[in-house]
Amino acid sequence: MAVPKRRKTGSKMRMRRAHWKAKAPTYASCPQCRQPKMPHRVCPNCGHYAGRTAVETE
Amino acid sequence: MPQPKKGPRLGSNPAHQKLMLSNLAVSLFEHERIRTTEAKAKALRPFAEKLITKAKKGDLHNRRQVLSVIEDREVVHKLFDDIAPRFAERNGGYTRILKIGPRGGDGAPMALIELVTEGDHPVATTVETAEGKKRRLARRRRADDLPADKPVRSKAADASAYGQAAREGELELEVEDEADSDAGAKAQTGAASETSGEDEATEAEEPSAEGETAEAEAPEGSSSGEQETK
Repeated sequence: MAVPKRRKTGSKMRMRRAHWKAKAPTYASCPQCRQPKMPHRVCPNCGHYAGRTAVETE
Repeated sequence: MPQPKKGPRLGSNPAHQKLMLSNLAVSLFEHERIRTTEAKAKALRPFAEKLITKAKKGDLHNRRQVLSVIEDREVVHKLFDDIAPRFAERNGGYTRILKIGPRGGDGAPMALIELVTEGDHPVATTVETAEGKKRRLARRRRADDLPADKPVRSKAADASAYGQAAREGELELEVEDEADSDAGAKAQTGAASETSGEDEATEAEEPSAEGETAEAEAPEGSSSGEQETK
């Protein structure tokens, strides 16, 4: 089986891992209450989705 | 060779998957709307809709086929006599999945799956004009400043309320911590006195360890008493 010939240096490892980044989540604003919400999700603030109340909030 | 089902299994094995789907279908027909994970909702949709299609045919053969999946006769009765007539005019698409975001705890994406009812509004399909977009953006800017006319729960207010609750909780926690540490200290002194008592029992009479409390003296006295009797 093919195996690595040389151990990667710490520098190489860090260079590779420099590109592992967390992405900021996208969000949309709710057409009903203007609060930010996740796109294609029921608004957690007012419970509206697609122009009607989908979930009761409090 | 049999073709495997598309997609991963829910849970563990085929039997588990079958049971889970039929349980989910029972809950859906019973409550009309259930909350579950997105993956389960998506797996349930074709399963439940096929059962509804059978229920719409409504004859004995189809009823027996549904009964082989759903064993609860009351639910099957409701499915055939209540739910199926509602969908007489609808060709498929009997259920709707609404995504409601990640679950607290493990962050699993959750969804509501519900039976579509006739009174529901259709999905809004408005086409935005350039003029409308300007107005919308202006509205958004105003909303960012202060939405006065709408009863909007501001995040800041929520955060402060939460912070207060957390602070009260902290206070309680601190009190508990003190009680705990007291108990711990007592346990430690007790343990120390026991060990010192043993030492004396083995190595004849020695001066007792410095700084002993009244609690520690009691076992000492008993051990020295034993020494005298020997």
